[in-house]
Amino acid sequence: MISSEAVGPRSGTPLRGAHAVLHARQQFEQTLAAVPRRYMVCAGTGCVSNGSLQVLEALRQATAGQVAHADEAAAGLTAPVTITGCHGFCAKGPLVRVEPHGMLCTGVRPEHVPDLLRALKTTGEPPDDLLYRDPLTGQAHIREHDVPFYRHQIRITLHNCGVIDPEDIRTYIARGGYAALARCLFDLTPDDVIGTVMTSRLRGRGGAGYPTGQKWELTRRPAAARRFVICNGDEGDPGAFMDRSIMEGDPHAVLEGMIIAGFAIGASEGYVYVRHEYPLAVHRLARAVQEANAWGVLGDSVLGTGFAFQIHIREGAGAFVSGEETALIRSIQGERATPYMRPPYPSQRGLWGAPTCINNVETLATVPLIFTRGAEWYAGLGTQSSGGTKVFALTGAIQNTGLVEVPLGTSLRHIVENIGGGARPGRHVKAVQIGGPSGGCLPAVLLDTPVDYQDLQETGAIMGSGGLVVADDATCMVDLARYFLSFTQDESCGKCVPCRIGTRKMLGTLERITRGEGRPEDPDDLERLARAVCSTSLCGLGRTAPNPVLTTLRYFREEFEAHIHTRHCPAGACDALARGQA
Amino acid sequence: MGAVATRAAPRLPKTVYQSDPLAESPASDLQAILDAFRGRHDAVVALLQEIQGRYGYLPLRALQYAARELAIPLSRIYGVATFYNQFQFSPPGRYVIQICRGTACHVAGSSKLLTSTEAALGIRQDESTPDRLFSLRTVACLGCCSLAPVIVVGRDVHGMLSPERIGHILEEYRQRVDEVEA
Repeated sequence: MISSEAVGPRSGTPLRGAHAVLHARQQFEQTLAAVPRRYMVCAGTGCVSNGSLQVLEALRQATAGQVAHADEAAAGLTAPVTITGCHGFCAKGPLVRVEPHGMLCTGVRPEHVPDLLRALKTTGEPPDDLLYRDPLTGQAHIREHDVPFYRHQIRITLHNCGVIDPEDIRTYIARGGYAALARCLFDLTPDDVIGTVMTSRLRGRGGAGYPTGQKWELTRRPAAARRFVICNGDEGDPGAFMDRSIMEGDPHAVLEGMIIAGFAIGASEGYVYVRHEYPLAVHRLARAVQEANAWGVLGDSVLGTGFAFQIHIREGAGAFVSGEETALIRSIQGERATPYMRPPYPSQRGLWGAPTCINNVETLATVPLIFTRGAEWYAGLGTQSSGGTKVFALTGAIQNTGLVEVPLGTSLRHIVENIGGGARPGRHVKAVQIGGPSGGCLPAVLLDTPVDYQDLQETGAIMGSGGLVVADDATCMVDLARYFLSFTQDESCGKCVPCRIGTRKMLGTLERITRGEGRPEDPDDLERLARAVCSTSLCGLGRTAPNPVLTTLRYFREEFEAHIHTRHCPAGACDALARGQA
Repeated sequence: MGAVATRAAPRLPKTVYQSDPLAESPASDLQAILDAFRGRHDAVVALLQEIQGRYGYLPLRALQYAARELAIPLSRIYGVATFYNQFQFSPPGRYVIQICRGTACHVAGSSKLLTSTEAALGIRQDESTPDRLFSLRTVACLGCCSLAPVIVVGRDVHGMLSPERIGHILEEYRQRVDEVEA
């Protein structure tokens, strides 16, 4: 798939020299600005599943003939209809944004296209039935940034998602892309680059939150003939799709972050490891690598400086544990993805024994912005301990689901109520599950907790990669804990005993409770076992797998008691214990 | 859940000493795949992905050829193949149905979707219908959480499903096949 893709007519001449990126940007910006009206059709996985490609086709046909005949270099850029990555508001898809003015059309079907064009021609606005309507006030919003879902967000890492055409590098360059790379290569030393990332207080967005600058410094330190940069795109947490949306919507930001990391740590090769369940992300990344090579921002001599950097794409084969960094290294080496003991850390001995820097997709996609907009600016967005913003995949039992970016320190309540629009009619929010199978369930009374690595840890949950699933009164918390444990038990690689046997034992107990055969001693036994698994497992999978159980025991113990003592599931979700049956 | 091995793994057949099963050289397309990996002991995962891309599953014979041609122990190939969920050891049905078991889908009732699909097809997960029209699998998360609950049939994503709609969807695909064959 990767080698057979043709780059097509967009190969371009390689950019060389300190100002080449800037000149290219000015040229593309002008070309784009000359297009009087553009339809940006969301081609993220959510909208494509909803039929956005048919809308794209209908719009293309309806606007055929409007393409201004421009010179060769502008071909494609002047098209009135383009695809973009995920706009984030997946629940209302397929989405089309009309530029200039950023007018948002929701739920667009091919048959709406004639109406849309007519309305724009006569009133300058999309027709009423395509506008987003606030479910509470009934008010219609025309511009995207007036919609509450978007208005309450600060989109930094996602600033290109839904705006650029992810399959055309020129739209990335027109938005300031690869300017950070040029700045690093021509104006800064590797030490400066690492220093800047440290100043930004960027922490790893994959879950553990290790300071990124420090990780780069540690990888750079040991003497070695070669080093590697790995982008971890093995987003395995069920209910999380932040990384997928970034890889699909802004693949060049990920590559630019990797090239900068390579320059900083002295690596000349990088790998992007993507789940095979994300075929569109693989396709877009492969295309981006080809384009970046053709434009000279990647390859034997990046921007003509002599700095060489190659990027390979590796598809995962379906194993949750391969998101763990040592397991990921094994997987790239073509082995079973079983983790190994650290130290030595990958920064000391990683891929093929060489010092290796492993960063998450979101982390790397944020790096270029730290250089174009300033480390202090980025640091200023967050809290005392962690700078910047975090992307969350907001799903579950709420009105507005989708991709959400907020500064660290924002309260969960703000995300759930203002951005998510709160519970569905007639229901109420009971809990928020944050951090996926490694995270925890927090009750509604803790919604004022700020999303910050420290504060979340104190509640027993973790920041995790950014999955945020809202549960309402119809969700059984015991069943949810059982669900997560059945996932981690299934995905445990089996190498270490606590994880292999401990998760099985815990799952067995939880299954018994949800079947109505719980015993009075079960909650205490579960808690003891959970703590043992946490403290003795080999890798992060086992060490965090009991978190959903521990937090549920801590905050929803009465639901356990109801299942055990009165054989009753308060939410009515456990089939064996249907409501009213005692 | 529950059983240790959730996927059917093939039993290696007893050696028959009448003739070498690999006496013939591999088919040219398999040979081409193997040639691309010659000398690359690191790439077992990618190799298996190529083989599965060609056949739709991992035929035992192809793995035996790979072991011999690339001088990798068959045990190692087999160990890698059984570790990852992607690899299948029996030919898939014409339409592979994947039921998403992600968190958002779980909260939206995907377990009921799974049981009603199993009932409608008369098979369990990781099995294929006798006519080889459908295979049923589950997947940890497809990442279309806003469309929960989601299933994928072949390449088509169907979102916001209810167990009642499963029957209609399956019928659509059955008709599609009938039309092609008519």
